[in-house]
Amino acid sequence: MSKGIFSLKSFGPIAALLIALVILPSIIPRFYIYILAVIFVTALLAMSLNMVVGHGGLFQFHHGAFYGVGAYTVALMLTKTSLPVWVGFVAAPFVAAFVGLLIGLFCVRLTRLYFGMLQISLGSLIWAIAFRWYSFTGGDDGIHGIPLPSLISSTTGAYYFGLILLIISLIVMFLIFKSPFGATLQAIRDNPERCEAIGINVRRHQLIAIVIATFFAGIAGVLFVVVEGSVFPDLLFWVFSLEIFVMCLLGGWFTFAGPILGAAIMISLRTFAGIYTEYWTMILGIMLILLIFFLPEGVWGYLVEKFGFQRKKSLEKERQ
Amino acid sequence: MLRVKGIHKSFEDFKAVSGANLTVEAGQLVAVIGPNGAGKTTLFNLITGQLKADRGKIIFKDEDISKLPPYEICRKGIARSFQIANIFPRLTVFRNVQVSVLSQQRKSVRLFRPAETLAVEETNTILEDVGLSDKADATAGSLAHGDQSTLEIAIALGNKPELVVLDEPTAGMSPEETAATMELIRRLAGSQGLTILFCEHDMEVVFNVAESIMVMHQGITIIQGGPDEVRNSARVQECYLGGA
Repeated sequence: MSKGIFSLKSFGPIAALLIALVILPSIIPRFYIYILAVIFVTALLAMSLNMVVGHGGLFQFHHGAFYGVGAYTVALMLTKTSLPVWVGFVAAPFVAAFVGLLIGLFCVRLTRLYFGMLQISLGSLIWAIAFRWYSFTGGDDGIHGIPLPSLISSTTGAYYFGLILLIISLIVMFLIFKSPFGATLQAIRDNPERCEAIGINVRRHQLIAIVIATFFAGIAGVLFVVVEGSVFPDLLFWVFSLEIFVMCLLGGWFTFAGPILGAAIMISLRTFAGIYTEYWTMILGIMLILLIFFLPEGVWGYLVEKFGFQRKKSLEKERQ
Repeated sequence: MLRVKGIHKSFEDFKAVSGANLTVEAGQLVAVIGPNGAGKTTLFNLITGQLKADRGKIIFKDEDISKLPPYEICRKGIARSFQIANIFPRLTVFRNVQVSVLSQQRKSVRLFRPAETLAVEETNTILEDVGLSDKADATAGSLAHGDQSTLEIAIALGNKPELVVLDEPTAGMSPEETAATMELIRRLAGSQGLTILFCEHDMEVVFNVAESIMVMHQGITIIQGGPDEVRNSARVQECYLGGA
């Protein structure tokens, strides 16, 4: 059993991937740089959702609301105020986390499906505000042409900004995943009743998890504005939240890195299958059905199972 | 240490517990017996807060705990195990116990320390005590039934309780496993000085181990006393021993 957090074994592949991601923009066409940047944003969003869904066992059905709140916070602060850009960037995650706290306070009183239903209702209220309040949020038109610093306004600039924020966020998330809090959260997912019986205040832990997850959703919202330069109410619509949910399932929601893979699959599918047919969601639907039957732990979960199984076997051999 | 006074609990029209009394002194090994449906599990759920009583008092160390949520009762020093193994199936055996120890040490909200380095010694000691050390890295859900029940007790011990409440710790066990589990319970009561309250329907097991026995029948306490007193009680024989 390794006691270190970052095992040396996974260091090699991760370093290689990072170097590739740093070099790529100078080789590939702009369109692909943009797609990768979108994947970074979506991956961060899916990862933040998975903290509560996969590790916390909460039915966080309207995660998009907090992503949207983060994005709108930046957009509004950059267009309506003359505050420095970084103030908006820093404020967005905190605003998203605060909204997460408010909605979470109500939701953690309920369990499972009821939790999810209440969250969809409360999140839809925020969507309605963004959708209807033309004078402030631009209504269904959204806000376009958000002024960004020149360093990150180009596609390549946005790509690197996204990559850096994604990496920092992932490191922090991984530390939390491996911390006593992460362990306790997974125990709550497995068995909330038992957790109460060993002295854990389940609701408080769930609320903390929601605040952390919505904070990261807010960061993803910031990245969205940087990559797209605009915001619109669709970000807060519950249908989009379901899409994020699907990404977690697709990648493997009981794993740490699965949602990154799920986000990459979804975005690629939408982009490349979307060229040929409007009905790319049909392909997604078929994939989901196959997933349920053949890879119930998700794509990443399947890989871990295969790989992890071999490792366990060798462990057993060592013992004998 | 623990005093249950005239506790009542109904579900809809069914009176699960209607007037149960129980006394547990510090350091004692106390058993609750009674036929299926006598209200033993309901009584335990009332003591540890999973259920709230309709009427009556539960006094633990001079304090009424009958209104407290389970996690606060646990923090007062009462830990429990469940009859149907109630573990964390996706986590390793080690992690199952460690989460309990971390909770007891109030470290469960720490965000940036690796859990691998915390509470390791305490957890390993408990696993050794109950004999699960060799299975520490196994996923809890994959354990055999008997081992899961032992893990149940180990999770409860992680809380460093003063009083351990075990709900039928030998349910569904083979005679050998039952003997080993009772030996474990006796050892915990002896060497670690724990106060233990457990329920059981196997009479032999109870009369061999328990210092004080409470008999329940249809939700009501019939008698509490030493093994001999209970064995010789006419009322007990009438409604439990004789009727079985």
